[in-house]
Amino acid sequence: MPDATKSNSQSLQKLYHDMLLIRRFEERAGQLYGMGLIGGFCHLYIGQEAVVVGLMGAARQGDQQITAYRDHGHMLAQGVDPKSVMAELTGRSTGLSRGKGGSMHMFSAAKKFYGGHGIVGAQVPIGTGLAFANKYRGNDAVTLTYFGDGAANQGQVYEAFNMAELWKLPVVYVIENNQYAMGTSVARSSAVADFSKRGASFGIPGVQVDGMDVEAVQKAGEDAFAHCRAGKGPIILEMKTYRYRGHSMSDPAKYRSREEVTEVREKRDPIEHFGKKLIDRGVVNEGDLKQMDAEVKAQVVAAAEFATASPEPGPEELYTDIYA
Amino acid sequence: MSTEILMPALSPTMEEGKLSKWLVKEGDTVKSGDILAEIETDKATMEFEAVDEGTIGQILVAEGTEGVKVNSPIATLLGEGEAAGTAPKKKVAKADAPKETKAETPAEKSEKGEGHAAPNGHAAPNGHAAPNGHAAPNGHAAPNGHAAPNAAPKVAAANDPEVPEGTEFVTQTVRDALRDAMAEEMRRDELVFLMGEEVAQYQGAYKISQGLLDEFGERRVIDTPITEHGFTGLGVGAAFDGLRPIVEFMTWNFAMQAMDQIINSAAKTRYMSGGQMSCPIVFRGPNGAAARVAAQHSQDYSAWYAAVPGLTVIAPYFAADAKGLLKAAIRDPNPVIFLENEIVYGRSFPVPKLDDFVLPIGKARIVRPGNDVTIVAYSITVGQALEAAEKLAEEGIDAEVIDLRTLRPLDMDTVLESVKKTNRIVTMEQAWPVCSIGSEICSRVALEAFDYLDAPPTKVSGKDVPMPYAANLEKLALPTVEDLIEAVKTVCYKA
Repeated sequence: MPDATKSNSQSLQKLYHDMLLIRRFEERAGQLYGMGLIGGFCHLYIGQEAVVVGLMGAARQGDQQITAYRDHGHMLAQGVDPKSVMAELTGRSTGLSRGKGGSMHMFSAAKKFYGGHGIVGAQVPIGTGLAFANKYRGNDAVTLTYFGDGAANQGQVYEAFNMAELWKLPVVYVIENNQYAMGTSVARSSAVADFSKRGASFGIPGVQVDGMDVEAVQKAGEDAFAHCRAGKGPIILEMKTYRYRGHSMSDPAKYRSREEVTEVREKRDPIEHFGKKLIDRGVVNEGDLKQMDAEVKAQVVAAAEFATASPEPGPEELYTDIYA
Repeated sequence: MSTEILMPALSPTMEEGKLSKWLVKEGDTVKSGDILAEIETDKATMEFEAVDEGTIGQILVAEGTEGVKVNSPIATLLGEGEAAGTAPKKKVAKADAPKETKAETPAEKSEKGEGHAAPNGHAAPNGHAAPNGHAAPNGHAAPNGHAAPNAAPKVAAANDPEVPEGTEFVTQTVRDALRDAMAEEMRRDELVFLMGEEVAQYQGAYKISQGLLDEFGERRVIDTPITEHGFTGLGVGAAFDGLRPIVEFMTWNFAMQAMDQIINSAAKTRYMSGGQMSCPIVFRGPNGAAARVAAQHSQDYSAWYAAVPGLTVIAPYFAADAKGLLKAAIRDPNPVIFLENEIVYGRSFPVPKLDDFVLPIGKARIVRPGNDVTIVAYSITVGQALEAAEKLAEEGIDAEVIDLRTLRPLDMDTVLESVKKTNRIVTMEQAWPVCSIGSEICSRVALEAFDYLDAPPTKVSGKDVPMPYAANLEKLALPTVEDLIEAVKTVCYKA
């Protein structure tokens, strides 16, 4: 196999692997939640894996990411150790935030992941500020600022859009349109359902992308990064995606039919769809995928074991990290 | 090897539920994501999915069973190559469902009252380390001797630096002192920048940023749109990246639009990230009542921000303090709320002519020593307190006046030491009386110096009303020198 083809094959396999890791990780997190080992709110990323994996496939070292509370997948896609993510979910001392942030508030300074924000829409001005800092410093890093179709109706999003375009900040706004803001569908909450046009009055270009197709996402990401690095300011990517589970673990998701969910799972599942493509193209065979699945599963089981065996933070942690 | 499928908790509070319906039967093959059953919680009916693949061995809890305890086995799952009959028969009745497998979550502990061991606010003073200018972040590890093991650590703030003998003092307005502080820090550190409404071309709505655009250019002195929520969040993001933004609010009244970003994003992120993230940012602008601008433009936010762990709150009165503390705030690695006062901007005071005059955050100052009564004030009321003290002196009452300067952390050591000497305390503030800085000080004094008191700790404050517009009513709503004199005489039993 020529080197270029080999490297292409490896990067395709990595896309598949990373999506699978998120899927298996989230399933395990759901199980630990069911066992009472994860508390509070826990928002799973199942169904949306192609979005973050595709975009990370387009990002460069030094690019930054920020998102809301559905954040486990974003960290795993950045290469954060699943053990430290899972241990944060279980509120243990070995978690990314030593158990003080939990599912919704996770950060990895080392991987340039700036959270993990629990207030809908608040990450959008913050992500814009990260982009401001990159421009101020004169580097060529780009900030991926993720938010959902629900957050897209928050006022501060448009305050941020205005400044981002005004000051030509290198930020990609990724609207993960999974069609439901908790239990309210886009049709019931948004006057204009085409979120790629939400920047129109500020002159920010937008593109609709099939967020269930990891290669389409990656391609759109490459174009968006190029736009930002060329000094053209912000750009919006609307990712048409779908979440299989409820809004959080305690959401019975009665606002949509089981048939709707089943249809997406069967016809548009980002992982199965891409797996078949890889087999058809001869990049892998079924045995390869099965082996990858076994490896990923073992990794996730190890993360769960680590996260349940680790000790809770010591009482002295109550008063640390409030001030520098 | 067969594994047990356990009754899941499907909400943060669920302890048991009803197994409404099985969607699989014994012998069915399942894979991750397949729906196994419907479970009714206290709130709703939820679908329960498989995590592992395999074959359903036995169904241990029949559908329709109520009161199934969380974490009790409801079915068995057989791995590859395992026959359905090989699993040991063990029907688990709901009554003796095992509970011991479930780790106790912190949420449950706190429900039982075990979670919040001993952080009893009053026993653990919330003093946090004050940065001494450019110094490295202070360790605040040393726990308070008498407090519980997990009580808030306490570190005394440093004293003001000595002003060398022979130092020239120049008379300067608070406005110019603030401007000089920003300019000096911007010269010193390229990462410092100023943003806000009208800070650049207009030279500041209150002319605090006069001349800064000329010196530092539009890259570092930035006019924002009228977008408090947005530019506050943007500033926080820039600070997360390591820049050192100074965010000016035209007045603090407009910062209510941005409060979520100040509290939820700036103040809490260091904690939520386990110390990975830092937010070195200064929010500043005029606070409190101006003149005749009525309810929405006249409010003292001191107590609001001073209540928030993660924030540092500074409210100076004198020009030298404004300068030295703003320089310290800009260098501080934490988010700092810097409360100025519009009426005070034009007042002139002596400022030491030094190249780098930086004051410690967290240290009150005795601005007039006295023996009969302690008056504690901050911001504009320091001026009123000094005026009252002069009048009281004429009547033979020797008041000690303390300027708090920093409101969080509160320098209670200085206040308590004074009260132990004078045995009487009156606090003076412009804010509303309910849950105010004065309330906090009086409560702490009652707790920590009760035996020294000869009179009840007493507050003088603004009235408990929105600020009226009419000149006479506005006067009635604000605390006066006369109010303070009367309160002092009352605690001295000379009324």
